[in-house]
Amino acid sequence: MPKHSRRLLRGIGLVCALALGATACGGSDDGGSSQKSVSEADIQAALEEGGTLTVWAWEPTLKQVAADFEKKHPGVKVDLVNAGTNADQYTALQNAISAKKGVPDIAQIEYYAMGQYALTEQLTDLKGFGAEKLSAKFSPGPWNGVKAGGDGVYALPMDSGPMALFYNKKVFDKYDIKVPTTWAEYLDAARDLHEADPKAYITADTGDAGFATSMLWQAGSRPYTVDGTKVRIDFSDQGAKRFTDTWQKLIDEKLLAPVTSWTDDWYKGLGDGTIATLATGAWMPANLASGVKDAAGDWRVAPLPQWTAGGGASAENGGSALALPELGKNEALAYAFVEYANAGEGVQTRLDNGAFPATTADLQSTKFQDTAFPYFGGQKANKIFAESAANVADDWSYLPYQVYANSIFNDTVGKAYVSDTTLTEGLKSWQEASVKYGAEQGFTVEK
Amino acid sequence: MTSPVVTVSERSATAPSGTPGSVPRLRTSRRRHSTDKPRRSVLLTVLTSLVLLYSLVPLIWLAISATKTQEGLSRSFGLWFDGDFALWDNISQTFTYDDGVFARWLLNTLLYVGLGAGGATFLAVLGGYALAKFDFPGRRAVFAVVIGAVAVPGTALAVPTFLMFSNMGLTNTPWAVVIPSLISPFGLYLMWVFATEAVPTELMEAARIDGAGEVRTFFQVALPLLAPGIVTVLLFTMVATWNNYFLPLVMLKDPDWYPLTLGLNSWNAQAATAGGEAVFNLVVTGSLITILPLIAAFLLLQRYWQSGLAAGSVKE
Repeated sequence: MPKHSRRLLRGIGLVCALALGATACGGSDDGGSSQKSVSEADIQAALEEGGTLTVWAWEPTLKQVAADFEKKHPGVKVDLVNAGTNADQYTALQNAISAKKGVPDIAQIEYYAMGQYALTEQLTDLKGFGAEKLSAKFSPGPWNGVKAGGDGVYALPMDSGPMALFYNKKVFDKYDIKVPTTWAEYLDAARDLHEADPKAYITADTGDAGFATSMLWQAGSRPYTVDGTKVRIDFSDQGAKRFTDTWQKLIDEKLLAPVTSWTDDWYKGLGDGTIATLATGAWMPANLASGVKDAAGDWRVAPLPQWTAGGGASAENGGSALALPELGKNEALAYAFVEYANAGEGVQTRLDNGAFPATTADLQSTKFQDTAFPYFGGQKANKIFAESAANVADDWSYLPYQVYANSIFNDTVGKAYVSDTTLTEGLKSWQEASVKYGAEQGFTVEK
Repeated sequence: MTSPVVTVSERSATAPSGTPGSVPRLRTSRRRHSTDKPRRSVLLTVLTSLVLLYSLVPLIWLAISATKTQEGLSRSFGLWFDGDFALWDNISQTFTYDDGVFARWLLNTLLYVGLGAGGATFLAVLGGYALAKFDFPGRRAVFAVVIGAVAVPGTALAVPTFLMFSNMGLTNTPWAVVIPSLISPFGLYLMWVFATEAVPTELMEAARIDGAGEVRTFFQVALPLLAPGIVTVLLFTMVATWNNYFLPLVMLKDPDWYPLTLGLNSWNAQAATAGGEAVFNLVVTGSLITILPLIAAFLLLQRYWQSGLAAGSVKE
């Protein structure tokens, strides 16, 4: 889900900086509360009246959901627009909000980016639509994500990414290496593998903000504390040390493939066995099946390695929700669509097309758990994913400006992968840069 | 002050009346180095070969890769063919994938290039001709503005332009890409310089004396003389509009209005999203199809634009 193109990110930084300068980015100047009250009857009335909804989303399964929704409610037209992927879309959305023109009725926003929009009241609080009573439907990680550390409900979770370890069984079998259950074993497996085949690596990592924050999350680190506009950033806790100690060894001993995620090289490595594992979100199977067709049957899924033997901690990686931008129109109708897609009939449609749900009922259903993945040699991988989803701690929070923070990850922590800088030093400079930016944006930042 | 004058007069005095043998000798010696027996330099040959290789290898890679399937791309060596020859299949998939949106992007690009580059060239010709051939107050100021505008990269103006166009309600329409493309300071400057050299003022005066109005003088006398310059400017603006990425990226949100650059990038980006399908084979094939029209334009127009670039370099 995270994507890396530094050229692009710099461009985005520029756009946001200029957009910030032009309209002070954060400020919603309507002055009023974003809490609106819309009843079930209002929503029904809106559905009967019909209209056009503009949805900015890149999630591929929404296409079918939109078609089904239009069929069910003949007066409604859903205009599904792919306005860019991840950060590209956030830039577009931020620009549209700054210009107060062309803002979509519904926007896909990843959990890590939710805070940026929620805190500045650019999203409609869905509590007034009765969204709070849906809380029991969703697993804790994603639900925590749409609350963005506040009281409101700023979106409905669309998918989630409870983490698991994807590994190339063929490679592990070939060199007779045991599938690691702890990160200490993972380090040993990395050494054994690279020794057995100098071209093979346990995984590829050149510095990825989404991955690093997920790993910190699992390790029990809570670097970000957010309370309104008060923010604390601290990478010096015990959990962070756990992660950096292990990962530093992998870097120092050159056990990580110097390949950037999501590039064609990366897909190639996943296919030919030179990248042997991936610790990532449960949405990965669809990507493996379409991007690495040749390796079908080679891969399997295992629970995410633990920091303490026998532990059961997990974390989220990626995942997104559908939100209603404050400046969007037709809110009742928009909410009806979001509810349909993320908590209603749309969920099954999306599951059938390979999406990974955020709804507990679906995660626990036998139909879901018994799905055999031909790609994973018939393994019932959803059982592992569902268990991981249940084990995600719900007290993690991202920064209200995580999109920016992630964009400078490679300039700070990324140095640890290419120079003598250590991960700990890298995290420290990431912390300093994030603190500085936060203060400039008007947050009260503690270190 | 005096000595240079003396040497000049001495030279000009000797040249016409110089010894008869001196001029042919000069000619033969020049020939020996230039055409009959070009001086060979191993170093230069190696360097230019390296440059040639450097510029051709990506093109060869692209052409070869377009014949591979998605799986073939990752399992085979980049500069040689894979077992499956999938070029035709890739081309048809490129045009049918995602409800045939690629054809739409191609038409969009043609529209932007037609209106944008065509319009930019037209405006540059008018402006360049006027600045070169008409004397009016403020010409020097215009010169300063044009030179300054050449120095500002279009990318830096994209965001302010976005905010402006957004207020006018023009974003997310083709106009948001076409209108900014109409301005080509470099093209204007090139036309200006070219028109100064290529259109003799005497010819214009002759046309006026014969009773032609300014419009007729421009279209019937000046325009044919400007043709090489026009082709040069057209090529420059065409390439700029065809390859434009950042401006449409900022302006357009609706994939139905994307040009090829944005469209291909969105196909490429979908490999990096949850549940998105990796279609590198289509991205590669689409890129090959995208550059073909530009290559064709360069090959077809090359003799015009070469003479255009060299205009004024030799005193006739």
